[in-house]
Amino acid sequence: MRSRLTAQDVTLGYGERMVSTGVSLAVPDGAFTAIVGPNACGKSTLLKAFVRLLTPSSGTISLDGRDVSGHRPKRFAQQVGFLPQGLVAPENIVVRRLVARGRYPHQSLFTTGSATDEEAVRSAMAVAGVTELAERPVEELSGGQRQRVWIAMVLAQETPYLLLDEPTTFLDITHQYELLALFARLRDEGRTIVAVLHDINQACRFADHIVAMKDGRVVAQGAPADVVDAALMQEVFGLPSIVMANPVTGTPMVVPTV
Amino acid sequence: MSTLTLRAGAVVLRVERRTAVVSAGLVTTAAVLALVALCYGQTWTSPAQVFTALASGGESAFVIREWRLPRVTAALVFGACLGLAGAIFQNLTRNALGSPDVIGLDAGAYTGALVAITMLNGTAGQLAVGSVTGGLLAAAVIYLLSLDSGFSGLRLVVIGIAVNAMLTALNSWIVLRAEIDVAMAATGWSAGSLNGVDWAELRLPFAVATFFVLLLVVISHAMHQAALGDEIARTTGVRLGRLRLLMVLAGVGCTATVTAIAGPIVFIALAAPQIGRRLARAAGVPLVPAALTGAVLLLTADLVAQLLLAPVALPVGVVTTAIGGCYLIWLLGMEVKRR
Repeated sequence: MRSRLTAQDVTLGYGERMVSTGVSLAVPDGAFTAIVGPNACGKSTLLKAFVRLLTPSSGTISLDGRDVSGHRPKRFAQQVGFLPQGLVAPENIVVRRLVARGRYPHQSLFTTGSATDEEAVRSAMAVAGVTELAERPVEELSGGQRQRVWIAMVLAQETPYLLLDEPTTFLDITHQYELLALFARLRDEGRTIVAVLHDINQACRFADHIVAMKDGRVVAQGAPADVVDAALMQEVFGLPSIVMANPVTGTPMVVPTV
Repeated sequence: MSTLTLRAGAVVLRVERRTAVVSAGLVTTAAVLALVALCYGQTWTSPAQVFTALASGGESAFVIREWRLPRVTAALVFGACLGLAGAIFQNLTRNALGSPDVIGLDAGAYTGALVAITMLNGTAGQLAVGSVTGGLLAAAVIYLLSLDSGFSGLRLVVIGIAVNAMLTALNSWIVLRAEIDVAMAATGWSAGSLNGVDWAELRLPFAVATFFVLLLVVISHAMHQAALGDEIARTTGVRLGRLRLLMVLAGVGCTATVTAIAGPIVFIALAAPQIGRRLARAAGVPLVPAALTGAVLLLTADLVAQLLLAPVALPVGVVTTAIGGCYLIWLLGMEVKRR
């Protein structure tokens, strides 16, 4: 299993407050990795460190064997795209213009609308299913539509790596499954996906690699069938449950017994 | 909303059609106002005579070319500078109140200029350097005080308002301590006025303004990307720390250049970007509509200042302060409602 993006024994925190210690993780190339764990276990913090929003106080995060902080910002942004939580679009911006902002790392001072950019924006909107919303102001859209617009923006960035912090929040169940299926499709096309997910069953159903975190540490990682069992659910979430095979896909399915 | 695409070799620029139409409208308005301002003076000159004077000379050529034209040009250029400065700081703070005149940069530039007048000889060069230095120092103080554990636009605005009050007091103290003739000159100038500007005075500030506008052109793309929020800006490749420093530099440069020549002219930087944004219905706080609106506003205010108590010409700052006060009350009201 090759991996270009890795964390080596990193310690993460905000100021004095330590969130994670001794985390090591190799993100498998071309796979869909889901990070799961209870609230405040350091999932989002780890993702932020991977995209250079947070510098580890010790340890290294590297891309292609080089510390991520050593990469030039635009070059790095051509490799790794990130979708944070709680985004607010500028007032009055229409969908097409917001999606086009994803092209920033590929642009220089005056070339803000090359044919390549146009094609990337068009295709990103089509893939995320927002083409028909192209000329609508973002603030007029529903929460689910807005989330798909932001995803289109990150897709337009055309990065081999896509890191997403709880991308399914605010979506109804149909849109959640559509989005996860979209990530699986992008994975099939060769992209590497890392997503923080809340729903363990969705993670087992769509991801190739599960990273379970608790109290800032990685408790277990591996293929869903290898790591997700009743003992792990008890250890990570403190939730008594039985784990059976999903009747549709055969992947682990957690049924809480409380 | 449709776009216009302009191509020149490898350079491709996309402009929203509405922004282009609004900009054209503002340019036309500015041109008409400029013509009126060139006609108006102690005697009314017909537009035909103005065109003759500009093209080939004639009897009123001196009055129009050497007295009225510098004033009109200064109003347009300075108005545009103030509009740009306001747009920069409103983008930086993501707050309509985050304008250089509200957060104390005008007052800081004025402090620098006062030091140049009272302690040095007050030459044009000293005034320019003094006011840019004063503005930068004020900006540095506000910026550092507002950093704390991370950058916050609202905190910067609140601290800026406090710094503005302190600097205003300091300015009064400097004037009170000065020799009577120096104090009188400084006081008249403190209102912000374009009365009696001539070409010789304008050369240096126009050159400085050109430099800062060019800087702004270079950073404008990153600036609009930063409007998406810190996280997206950084993960799409914006060097946010450097960008903020350059924005502060360009914003202070634009404000201080105006202050050095005309004194602190308030309200234009506060209102022009917001009016421009609403006219263009554009995303964020766009620069071109802000600059053009600023030019139109300042030229209008200067015309009103000349007409109101004619033949006595008021300082334009008195007019902008009067209108600006009302606008600020309204804006503060909206801000309180929003929270």
